[in-house]
Amino acid sequence: MLDCTFFTRKEILRLHGRYHELAPHLVPMDYTNDPDVKVPLALIVNMPELKENPFRNRIVESFSEDGKGNLSFNDFVDMFSVLSEMAPRELKAIYAFKIYDFNVDNYICKEDLEKTLNRLTKEELTPEEVILVCEKAIEEADLDGDNKLSFADFENMISRAPDFLSTFHIRI
Amino acid sequence: MDGRVSFDADPVIDFESPADEDGVHDSFSQLIQEQCHDLHDVIEMTPLDLEEDSRDDVECLEADSDAPQQTDHLIGERWSSDTLKVLSSMPSRTIGRSRGAIISQYCNRTMQLRRRRQSRPSIQHFPRSARPSIRGYGVETDAAGFEEEENKRDRLVNNLQNLSDSDRVRMLRAMPLSLSEKKELRMLVLNKAEHSVSQNQIPCCSQLKYYIIIALRHGWYGWLSFLSSLQLWQTALKCVGGRFGTGVLSYFIFLRTLLFFNVFLFLVTGLLLVVPQAITHPDQDQNITVRSSWGLEVLTGAGYFSHSLLYYGYYNNQTLQTGHSCSASGNGTSCSSGLSYNMPLVYFFTIGAAFFITCIILVYSMSKSFGQSFRIDKSKGLLAIKVFSSWDFKVIKKSSVRLQRANIGTQLKELVAEVNRQEQKFPVLQRLFRLFIHMLAWIMCLGSTLACVLAVYYFSEHMHGDLRNRTQAASSDPLLKEASLLAVPVVVSSINLLLPGFFNVVAWMEKYDSPSMLNYISISRNLLLKVSVLGVLCYHWLGRVATDPQSLGLECWESFVGQELYRFLLMDFIFMLLDTFFGEFLWRVFSQKALKRKRKPVFDIARNVLELIYGQTLAWLGVLFSPLLPAVQIIKLLFLFYMKKVSLKMNCQASGKPWRACQMTTIFITLLCFPAFLGATVCVTYTMWSITPSAGCGPFRGLKNMFQAGKRWVHRLAAVNPDLHWLASAHSYLVENPLFLFLCAGIFLIMIYFHSQVVDGQRKIIELLQEQIENEGEDKKFLITRLQHIHERKRRVTPRPVKGASEVHTHTLSHTHTHTHAHTLSHAHTHTHTHTHTHTHSHTHTHTHTHTHTHTLSHTHTHTHTHTLSHTHTHTHTHTHSLTHTHTHTHTHTHTHTHTHTHTHTHTLSHTHTHTLTHTHTHTHTHTHTHTHTLTHTHTHTHTHTHTHT
Repeated sequence: MLDCTFFTRKEILRLHGRYHELAPHLVPMDYTNDPDVKVPLALIVNMPELKENPFRNRIVESFSEDGKGNLSFNDFVDMFSVLSEMAPRELKAIYAFKIYDFNVDNYICKEDLEKTLNRLTKEELTPEEVILVCEKAIEEADLDGDNKLSFADFENMISRAPDFLSTFHIRI
Repeated sequence: MDGRVSFDADPVIDFESPADEDGVHDSFSQLIQEQCHDLHDVIEMTPLDLEEDSRDDVECLEADSDAPQQTDHLIGERWSSDTLKVLSSMPSRTIGRSRGAIISQYCNRTMQLRRRRQSRPSIQHFPRSARPSIRGYGVETDAAGFEEEENKRDRLVNNLQNLSDSDRVRMLRAMPLSLSEKKELRMLVLNKAEHSVSQNQIPCCSQLKYYIIIALRHGWYGWLSFLSSLQLWQTALKCVGGRFGTGVLSYFIFLRTLLFFNVFLFLVTGLLLVVPQAITHPDQDQNITVRSSWGLEVLTGAGYFSHSLLYYGYYNNQTLQTGHSCSASGNGTSCSSGLSYNMPLVYFFTIGAAFFITCIILVYSMSKSFGQSFRIDKSKGLLAIKVFSSWDFKVIKKSSVRLQRANIGTQLKELVAEVNRQEQKFPVLQRLFRLFIHMLAWIMCLGSTLACVLAVYYFSEHMHGDLRNRTQAASSDPLLKEASLLAVPVVVSSINLLLPGFFNVVAWMEKYDSPSMLNYISISRNLLLKVSVLGVLCYHWLGRVATDPQSLGLECWESFVGQELYRFLLMDFIFMLLDTFFGEFLWRVFSQKALKRKRKPVFDIARNVLELIYGQTLAWLGVLFSPLLPAVQIIKLLFLFYMKKVSLKMNCQASGKPWRACQMTTIFITLLCFPAFLGATVCVTYTMWSITPSAGCGPFRGLKNMFQAGKRWVHRLAAVNPDLHWLASAHSYLVENPLFLFLCAGIFLIMIYFHSQVVDGQRKIIELLQEQIENEGEDKKFLITRLQHIHERKRRVTPRPVKGASEVHTHTLSHTHTHTHAHTLSHAHTHTHTHTHTHTHSHTHTHTHTHTHTHTLSHTHTHTHTHTLSHTHTHTHTHTHSLTHTHTHTHTHTHTHTHTHTHTHTHTLSHTHTHTLTHTHTHTHTHTHTHTHTLTHTHTHTHTHTHTHT
C-alpha cells in the first residue's frame, strides 16, 4: 500500500483510525486479513473534512469501486491519496474531471456545469446568470466544438490554473 | 536475461530515464490504440445513437429553416452518428489523451464489464452490439471482453516490470486506478520479477539479498515516517486552512518556512560555533558585575548578556584543541596532538557556508514556486478556470463555506459582466482626476517614507551623540543609559507599525478597482519603507559605529551591533504582540460593541508577511554579530505562530477578497530572497571584507579584516607543509584577485541572460502552439459543421439514386444550384462508405483541378466548382491562388481543401451565410499558412484581412 499511495505508514494508520471511527460497528480494528468491508456513502459524507463540501457526494462516488459511493478502506485511502499534497497535477486533474462529471458520461456537458455552478454558489446567481456562465465557460474551454468538455479540454484548461494544485487538496 | 528476451517483441523496452515520457508513452501506445477503438463503440453505444433515426428526421425538418439556424447547429448537440464517429477519431480524443486518462478508462471498462457480469444482463441490453459495424471491437460477449481486459493488464504488468524500482513506484502512485487494482498489479509485477530473478540466481544468495533489501526498505519507510512526523503543526495548519482558506494558510506556511530556515541556521552555528566555544573555558573570565535590573537586560541584551555566547565578542581567536592539556596554549599551533579547531577560520566558514546553503535553498524554492504559479498566459479561459478550480477543498467551516460561496458568486458575476460589456471608457476628465489621485497618493506615501527615513537617520545620529556624551561623562545613571539604547528600536518599530496603517488609508482613498492591484501596491509601498529604514540602520551600524568605536568607549563594536540587532528583533516582536492585541483584539471588541458591526476585521496577510520578512532580515544580518540570534528568532516565531493562531480564531474572519495564494506565495519567497536575503548578504560580506574587526575581542582580533583569517590559515598551512605551497598561490590568485571574481560574475550573468532568452523563446513557442490549438479547434468546429451539413443533405435527398456514381464525376458546364447539391450528396456518400481511394476528378471547366482524397474521415471533399462562379467576383481570385498553392504542396493540408468547399457553398446558398462562413474560412486559411510558409504568411494574412472586411 505504501508503494501505491502518497502516504507514509503512519498516515495510513491514522487514516485507518479515521475509517474505523466512521463506522465502528462495521469496520474491525484489525485489518490483517483484509476483510471485505465497505462503508456507505452516507457515513463517509459526514466526515468533517467533507461535510461542508458541496461536491462531497461526487467525491465519494468517484472514488468508490462500485460507483455508488460505498468505500472500502482501499478506496478511502485512495481518495485521500489523490487529494493529498503529493499527488501530481495530472492525477488530480483526472479525478477532478470525474468529480465534475455528474452524469458519468466522460464529458462535462452543460448539465454537469450547471450542477457544479449551483453547488458552488447556491442561490448567489440567478438561473439566467448560471446559464450564461455555463455557455461562456464551455465556449472558452471547448477546443473541439462539440459543446462539451472532454478530458483533453479539461486538462488543457486546468494546466493554466495555477491555484488548482493548492485548492484541490484536503488535509487529513 | 530470460525476461528481457521475452519482451523483445515489444517495440519499446528500455526505460533508461524516468523522465523519458516518450518511451513510456510509446509503451502504452498499443493500449491507447485499443482504447481508441473502445471509444468508437462507446460512442456507438450512447443512447444518442439509438434514437438516431428519429432525431435525424427532426433535423431534416429543421434544416430548411433560415440561416441563423446554422450557427445553432454548432451549439446544439444533435450530431449524427457519422459526425460522432468522426469526432471520436479526432486526435484530441485519442492521441492527445494522456496516458493516465487511457489507463483510467481501461480501469473503468474493466469495472463496467465486471459489473455487467455480476448483474448478468440480458442480450437485449445491447441490441446494437451485434451490428456488423462494430463486431470487430470485441464487446459482443462479456467473456471475450474480459479476456481482452486481461490481456491489457498483462501488457501493463509487463510495462511496469520493465521499469526500475523507484520508477515503478512513481508510476503506480500516479496511476489513476483504484487502490485494489494497483495492489493486484503490484503483486503481479513483483511475482513476475521474483520469478525471473529466482530463475537466474542462486537461491541462497538471493535470499540474503532479499533480506537486506527488505531491511533497507523498512529502514527507509521508518525514516520517511520520521520525516513526516516532523511536519510541524499539521493539525493546526489544517484547522487554520479549514476555517480561513488558502490565503491565510499561506501566511502560516510561510512562517513555518522561516522557522525551518532559522532552525537550520541555529543548528549550524550552534554545533560549529557555540558548542565548541562553550566547552572550552575562555581565558578572559572577567566576571563583570554590572548588575542592573535584570528585566531591562533581557530587553536590551546588554549588561550580563554582552559577555556571553550570544555575541561575537565572547568568541576567542585560539585554535581549540581536543586534548585538555593544550587548551591554554597561546596562539594554537604549538600543540599538535588531538584535533585542532581553528576558531576564526571556523567562524568565517560557518557563516559563509550557512549563507551559501540558505541562498541555494531560497533560490531553489523560488524557482520551484515560480514554475508552479506562473504558468503560460492566463488570459484565456478565465471563467472556466474560475468555475473548476476556485473551490477550496480544504475549507470545512460552515461560515467560511458560506463566505466562499458568496465570494465565488460575486467573482463569477463580475466576470460575466466583464464578458458582456466591453471595456467601459471613462471620460477624459475622470481619468485625469484618477491619475491625479494616484499621483497624490504616491507622493504622500513616498513623502511619508522619506520623512520616516530622515527621522530615523537624525534620531539615530542624535542617540549616537547622546551615547557618546554619556560614556564620556561616565557619571550618568546606568539604568537610564541602558534605557536610552531602546529608543531607536522603539521608534523604528512604531514607524513600522503606524505607517502601513497610513498606507492603507491612502489606498482606501484611491479606490482601486481590482483587489490584486491593491495588494501589489500595498506590498510595494510597505516594502519600500522597510528597505529604506533598514538601509539607514545598516549605514548607522556599519558606517558610524564600526568606523569609530573608540568614541563610544566600545571595546567590541561587533557585540554592540549584535546587541542592537537583538533589541530590534525583540522590539519588533513586542510591537507585533501589541499590534495583535490592540489592532486585532481591541478593534474587534470596539467594532462589535461600539459600532454594532457584525463583521470581524479581516486578517491582513500582506502586511503580516512583510513583517515576517523584516524580522528575518534582521536575523540574517545579525548572525555574524551574534551567532545565537537565530535561536531568538526561533523562539519569536514559535510564539508568534500560536499567538496569531489564537488571535485569528478569536478576532478575525475569512477574507472576502480573492486571494491568489499561489502567486502570492511566490511573490513572498521572491521578496524574501531578493531584497531581504540579498541585502543581508551584501551587508555581511561588506563587513567581512572591508571593515576592520575590533582589536580587543572576537575571533578576528588583530586581523585587518575577517577575510584574512582564511588567508592567514592558507599561508600557515603552506609554511608547515611546503607541498601545499600551490594552495597559497592559488588562493592569492583566485580569491584575492578581483579579476577572477569579475570573470565569475560575468560568466554567471551571461548564463542567466542565456537562460532568460531560452525561457523567452519557449514562451513565444508556447504562445504559437496555443494559437495553433485554438485554430485547430476552429478548424474542427468548422469541419464538423460541414460534415453535419452534408449528412443532413444526404438525409434529405436520399430518394435520389446517386449511390453508384461515386467514383468519377463528369460535369456539364452548366452549373446550377441543384447540381452542386447532387455533387455534394454523392461525395457524402463516398465518405460514409470508404475513405481509402485516391481518385482524381477532372472537371470540364476552364480550370481543371486534380483532387486527392485523404484518408481520414474528417476531410471533407474538395470542390472547385466555384471557379465558374467566382469569375464574376473579385475576391475569389485570392482563393484560386491559395488553392493552387496548397496543391503544389502536400495533400495533407486538408483545411485549404475544405475552405474551397466552403466557398462553393457560400455562393450556392443564400447570401446571409456568407459572412459567417467566410469568416471561418479565413481562419483556416491563416492556419494552413502558418504551417507551410512563414514567408507567404504575411502576405496572405493581409489579404485575408481585407477579405473579412468585405
